[in-house]
Amino acid sequence: MSTSSAALDHSHDDHHHGPAKGFSRWLFTTNHKDIGSMYLWFSFAMFLLGGTFALVIRAELFQPGLQFVEPNFFNQMTTMHGLVMVFGAVMPAFVGLANWMIPLMIGAPDMALPRMNNWSFWILPFAFALMVSTLFMEGGGPNFGWTFYAPLSTTYAPSSVTYFIFAVHIMGASSIMGAINVIATILNMRAPGMTLMKMPLFVWTWLITAYLLIAVMPVLAGVVTMMLFDIHFGTSFFNAAGGGDPVLFQHLFWFFGHPEVYIMILPAFGVVSAIIPTFARKRLFGYDSMVYATASIAFLSFIVWAHHMFTVGMPLAGQLFFMYATMLIAVPTGVKVFNWVATMFRGAMTFETPMLFAIAFVVLFTIGGFTGVMLAMTPVDFQYHDTYFVVAHFHYVLVPGAVFSLMAAAYYWLPKWTGYMYDENLGKLHFWMSFVGVNLLFFPQHFLGLAGMPRRIPDYALQFANFNWISSVGAFLFGFSQLILLVVVIKCIRGGKKATDQVWEGAEGLEWTVPSPAPYHTFETPPDPSLIKDQ
Amino acid sequence: MSDKSVQNGTKKLAVKLGFAVVGMFAFGFALVPLYDVICDITGLNGKTGERVEAVQAGMLVDEQREVTIQFTTRQNDVDGVFKAEVPQMTLKPGEMKLTSYRVSNPSDEVRVVQAIPSVAPNAAALHLNKVECFCFQEQILEPGQTVDMPLRFFIDPKIPEQISKLTLSYTLYDITEKHQQAANKIASR
Repeated sequence: MSTSSAALDHSHDDHHHGPAKGFSRWLFTTNHKDIGSMYLWFSFAMFLLGGTFALVIRAELFQPGLQFVEPNFFNQMTTMHGLVMVFGAVMPAFVGLANWMIPLMIGAPDMALPRMNNWSFWILPFAFALMVSTLFMEGGGPNFGWTFYAPLSTTYAPSSVTYFIFAVHIMGASSIMGAINVIATILNMRAPGMTLMKMPLFVWTWLITAYLLIAVMPVLAGVVTMMLFDIHFGTSFFNAAGGGDPVLFQHLFWFFGHPEVYIMILPAFGVVSAIIPTFARKRLFGYDSMVYATASIAFLSFIVWAHHMFTVGMPLAGQLFFMYATMLIAVPTGVKVFNWVATMFRGAMTFETPMLFAIAFVVLFTIGGFTGVMLAMTPVDFQYHDTYFVVAHFHYVLVPGAVFSLMAAAYYWLPKWTGYMYDENLGKLHFWMSFVGVNLLFFPQHFLGLAGMPRRIPDYALQFANFNWISSVGAFLFGFSQLILLVVVIKCIRGGKKATDQVWEGAEGLEWTVPSPAPYHTFETPPDPSLIKDQ
Repeated sequence: MSDKSVQNGTKKLAVKLGFAVVGMFAFGFALVPLYDVICDITGLNGKTGERVEAVQAGMLVDEQREVTIQFTTRQNDVDGVFKAEVPQMTLKPGEMKLTSYRVSNPSDEVRVVQAIPSVAPNAAALHLNKVECFCFQEQILEPGQTVDMPLRFFIDPKIPEQISKLTLSYTLYDITEKHQQAANKIASR
């Protein structure tokens, strides 16, 4: 257990305690740290790929008129950007963090179902190879938006849509297996003394996220299966000519889609709840209320789906119900934001890179939350629906929200993963460039949306030119500054200042009691119960 | 806890969660009929009900009110004529009315079409009762044929006070291919 990194390097020949050599180490591994690392690398690669698609979009929108791409290719880019970022970047990144950190945080030797863990990772590259390959097919890839509304995605879809459907099936299977693994690990593998209410909040948020995944990913699988049947087997689930209903598609999709947005943000709440106390050198304010707030958000996420479709025609009672239920989500979310601020209040704060990202998360996510409340108002939504205001809203909660929390997490735990401190100056440069870039990129989109610029259209009226110009400049600044993160991570793996076991002065929790870098196997014997602190 | 019991617990839990996944997959499909049932009960989404039997003579006609119904048509990738005999009519709730729609097949092939109704506002959908409607069945049109298809309906006197005008819209779909597939399936049995 007390292996230093030097000792770890020499333990390769001991096949019980060290990783195997070469590629087969990664192919056959059942080690949660290896699988976690693979998930994180994979999601970073997808982040760059999805980001490239986004830059194609922003390049085209830099000026009015058609410059670089055909409208159909533009549509493929908006679709693929959304799909790759949601299913390829954000979700696998959080699964990667869960793999790495949950066993370390609860004092477990590994995940509960290590072989399934391996499988759930390794089917992902195939899913995305399948999906991205459609871009090179005749007729092009999916061009119907990441929400793939029928009949656009059935009757009028390019023939490659079947590849897209199977890719979604595989991704769904991967997520479901990951979720089962997380639940089994948390409920069965906790060290003695680690009661549920002593678990770090990241573990709590992931437990709840995993239940959300199990509840809604099968519904998504069902929806794409119905599409498959409509396209190839002559059924009419979504085909009005045969007695089906396209609005049914939207109900089914958003029954999955709304919990999905919380799947992408709840683990982010957990990450931020770990980082802020560390750098404020205070305990997390209101731990219990954080747990209950997370659970309430998860519950509410199931009964608000139709706020995505106010404009399809709904009775007044339905509109009112979905409006009020949606606004209700602001209450538990407000509790969380309050608790983070209260944790920082009068704390002895320092501003290392993870903390900078975490604070930016709190501020910018709250802006995204406010625009969410605006969109929740039915009469207002009729004006904002399908404009850049919606785009600005969900990018504010997903980019400086979920993605910033992932970056905060990467900087926060990188010393524990590699054994070395990362380059703080480069980290701060990365933060400030991302921060400026992301706001330049998305803030003007609020104004564009309010002025009526529709989303998913490759051209726009002249009066939108200036804000689009600013937005595109921000996009390229934000996009290219992500390469700094790549440099920081590679530098940190190759060396640097040695990290201590605790790494951060104010860090608490079991993951900081193991050496840095974390040995290949940890907690083969449960940790001393006295190490498990009250929250 | 020993290793064995942890493993057993994990296995049991994983199986339970597996069932939950299967259950939610099934629930996704169960939402399809559920959606139809809710639309039928509430008239949401402008869906009109199934055929109603002609109500016997002596049904109450609300002499105090008049409601205007507009007939609109839309063609979904079908050429030829598809329009209502009259663009709109004004009637008393409870009164039985007959109108007709003309549809043509200008092509030189047999064509099967189906009309799908929708009513706006939604709240009126439940109160529009069709006794006889071409929308209940597929229409087979010979090459070059033009037919007048009847619609016999009445508006329920219980229709909410504030509704004085409603729109009945039909969208015509060409379902020749679907029809063919179904016919082939039956033939191959």
